[in-house]
Amino acid sequence: MTAFLVLLVGPLAGALAAIALPGRAARAAAAAAIAATLVAAVGLAGQIVTQGVLRLELGGWAPPLGIALEADGLSAVLLVMTALVMTAVGLAARHELAPDIAGPRAAFGFWPLMLLLWAALNAVFLSRDLFNLYVGLELLSLAAIGLVAIGGTAAAFAAAIRYMIFALAGSLLYLAGVILIYAAHGTLDMDLLAGLDPAASDGLALALMTGGLLAKTALFPFHVWLPPAHGSAPSPASAMLSALVPKASFVILLRLWLDAMPDRAGEGALILLAMLGTAAVIWGSVRAIAQARLKLIVAYSTVAQIGYLFLIFPLAGGAAGDLPWMSGAWNGTIMLIVSHALAKSAMFLVAGQWMRVAGSDRLTDLRGLALVMPMSTAAFAMAAVTLAGLPPSGGFTGKYLIMTAAFASGQWVWALVMAVGGILAAVYLYRPLAVLFTFSEASDRAPLSRATQVVPLVLAGASIGLGIASAGLFEILSVGRPPVVGEGP
Amino acid sequence: MTAILPLLLLLTSLVPATVTFFLDQESYRLRNTLNLGGAVVKVGLIVMMLLAVAGGASYETSIPLAPGLELLLRIDTLALMFVSLSAFLWLLTTVYAIAYFGRKREQSRFFGFFGLCVASTTGIALSGSLVTFFIFFELLTLSTWPLVAHKQDRPSLTAARTYLAYALPCSAALLVAIVWLQNAVGPVIFAQPPDLSQVDPATLRAIFALFIIGMGMKAAIVPLHGWLPLAMAAPAPVSALLHAVAVVKAGAFGVIRVVHDVFGVDTMSELGLGQPLAALASVTILWGSIRALQQTEIKKRLAFSTVSQVSYIILGAALASPLGLIGGLAHLVHQGLMKITLFFCAGIYDERAGVRAIAGLNGLGPRMPWTSTCFSLAAIGMIGLPPLAGFVTKIYLGLGSLQAGAPWVLAVLGASTLLNAAYFLPMLYRLWFADPAPDAAGDEAVPALVVPAVIAAMGALGAGMLAASAVSPLGWATLIVESEVAP
Repeated sequence: MTAFLVLLVGPLAGALAAIALPGRAARAAAAAAIAATLVAAVGLAGQIVTQGVLRLELGGWAPPLGIALEADGLSAVLLVMTALVMTAVGLAARHELAPDIAGPRAAFGFWPLMLLLWAALNAVFLSRDLFNLYVGLELLSLAAIGLVAIGGTAAAFAAAIRYMIFALAGSLLYLAGVILIYAAHGTLDMDLLAGLDPAASDGLALALMTGGLLAKTALFPFHVWLPPAHGSAPSPASAMLSALVPKASFVILLRLWLDAMPDRAGEGALILLAMLGTAAVIWGSVRAIAQARLKLIVAYSTVAQIGYLFLIFPLAGGAAGDLPWMSGAWNGTIMLIVSHALAKSAMFLVAGQWMRVAGSDRLTDLRGLALVMPMSTAAFAMAAVTLAGLPPSGGFTGKYLIMTAAFASGQWVWALVMAVGGILAAVYLYRPLAVLFTFSEASDRAPLSRATQVVPLVLAGASIGLGIASAGLFEILSVGRPPVVGEGP
Repeated sequence: MTAILPLLLLLTSLVPATVTFFLDQESYRLRNTLNLGGAVVKVGLIVMMLLAVAGGASYETSIPLAPGLELLLRIDTLALMFVSLSAFLWLLTTVYAIAYFGRKREQSRFFGFFGLCVASTTGIALSGSLVTFFIFFELLTLSTWPLVAHKQDRPSLTAARTYLAYALPCSAALLVAIVWLQNAVGPVIFAQPPDLSQVDPATLRAIFALFIIGMGMKAAIVPLHGWLPLAMAAPAPVSALLHAVAVVKAGAFGVIRVVHDVFGVDTMSELGLGQPLAALASVTILWGSIRALQQTEIKKRLAFSTVSQVSYIILGAALASPLGLIGGLAHLVHQGLMKITLFFCAGIYDERAGVRAIAGLNGLGPRMPWTSTCFSLAAIGMIGLPPLAGFVTKIYLGLGSLQAGAPWVLAVLGASTLLNAAYFLPMLYRLWFADPAPDAAGDEAVPALVVPAVIAAMGALGAGMLAASAVSPLGWATLIVESEVAP
């Protein structure tokens, strides 16, 4: 149970310490909090493999009286994924957000906000109570908005305000849905809700909560806040925002639709979600192709990649339950979540490094960098392989599992979406790679040290490695899988 | 030991490649030792296995990747044929490349991707299932891109971009084909051909078409061949490997697997798929030769010649007769030996005499006798004159077409031979009989460039002269067809 406590309290304490302590000590406290939380996340995953689903009833009161925290396989995978990305971001931010490079305000604000964000993510991944999730989401949004604004430019403030409008509207919608649920059932615990008879207002409640969560997940057409926000935040912040933050609200969606209220999800609504996902894949990719700045390309790529995740709803959702392909769709989607997180954070960290060397992230300024920074170029290329779903990579494994599920369920259209999305991703990621390889007179710029370049390389390497050795991930994932997606392989 | 042999074979290329990426440009000796060492160990392993596999042994390694997704490596006679070719030519090309690059820049990147490319080819050869094949097929696409783009100038980058523009959509088609087929019949393992009788014929035809698009792009089947002549912008060792064994052969090998180990000869003829594929291959054979005639650059002409020659292999597979398949399989090796010789020589002409245009070949023969002799031998083999390897292929393809009841193929073979002669003989004439230009220079004082060419040419000569023996490519192809494919 200590793992639960460290995961929630560790980052919070670290955030407070980083605010209270002066410069160097603040960073040391942050480093200690990062290390402790990483260890706790890995430890919890280990516990889950041996002991199965872990549940902590706060104060010993079982729901509906008390509040329960619960860690199943999905939680463990997401907690470890978050911890890995956060650790890499912390390592990168040590240089990139040092006071003499990023200015005193960003250098001061980054560490508390990063740790708050982490605490919020952990809270979302461990909660099973709809109101607890609301609190986690609020904290998450506020920390994320702060991280966007930290850059201090006019563009960053504008992006942060736009983000705030969407995030607050999303919160309100979600909260309205939660109130309806509480009024109808008298409990907000997901496990209890799953066992209750549906009420008349459930459809409306689910729609409201889903609308709010879609705005926070930046699914097309609610994505408009994402590219400016992720494009103008400092790169280590963008890495967290793009790799982790949309996943939190998506996971709540997954749990709502597949775990808590599977029988209240209509066929049409499931298909609508996947169609919005399809639109996101296409529109995000088309917009990414048109961008002239690397960070915007990577940000629009997130819009597109989020679209893939929504294909799970018609494949694994609905009341039919436990059809043979559902576990494939479930595994594939989680695989995509994890490999996207690793690859996308690697890409943003690389973009930050290149901005330091080249002075900007315009593609025209990045000419010839492949010769100057071969390791970060390799990291970018490997991350691109994952995002385009090419083998061997976690992105390919996820794509293959989802395509197989789509054909097996007779909904081959979603398989074609995956195939076309992969080609489009290759197109928009090819442009920066080709520019990097162009021979340029300006390629005598001083590179960053190998120790700096290796951080994103490890992240990208992990996203590739997931495609080769993922047995462990699937083993953890099978612990406490929603009954809807079955206990099959 | 036997269970990890396939993995070991893969690692002999993969490990040197991975290590090479992290070496400094200056560590010439370590890098060369690593790559040559890997190549030698690999050839050794293969020689060790040849006898056992000829006796009917097979080795299998299986690694689970995800629920329902497994990496299956298997060594059988067909796999071993392709892997021996690639290992042997990798060794030759490594020697050649070390001499070719000398002290040029970015060598760690080059040799790293070069090794990765060979590892992918090995993986393709050893693939025991369709999914495994696809994984290595894509890895090959990705590892070839930096090799084509290596010079980082405009033509190279254009060529590299065009290559991906062809490769990625076609591989998406291939993936759809694989998932679609597996949805109908379960995981496809080459050693146990799937039962297709329950699947509706229209679906099977559509899947087959997607397969041919996916594989045919790499085999440069018309109209998916446009990337290959552009890829000439790559350094000479890359062109040599690309044309002889790595990319185009991977495509042709894939077609053979699909035709014989996935669909099977009987299903092919029931669905009426053999004749259209043979026709497509014939069009490619003729079109490649006609375009080759029009080229004025040596490497471009050779590239279009590849387009044409690789389709002999496809033709052999499509004919669906034992003799035709033997011819096609043998040509997989024969074309590799001859074409790599030609490209080695073209690289030597470029490096040592500054000659890229066909007109520049005038009188080079006496000046560069070793290179020119090799070039001439390989060209004569390509035309299909006895006693060289190409002759053997054409005989078997011809007999195979009669066996399959498709005598029109003879006309295609005849026309192609005439066209081959029409574009190769003028080059030979220029080499040996035309007067040299007054300012022409050229020598062949770099043995590390010339020796690989000589060895490859001897291979092509030997494959033809010793065709009747059991150890020749033809003998091995006969063994494959007798042991596996034919009932």
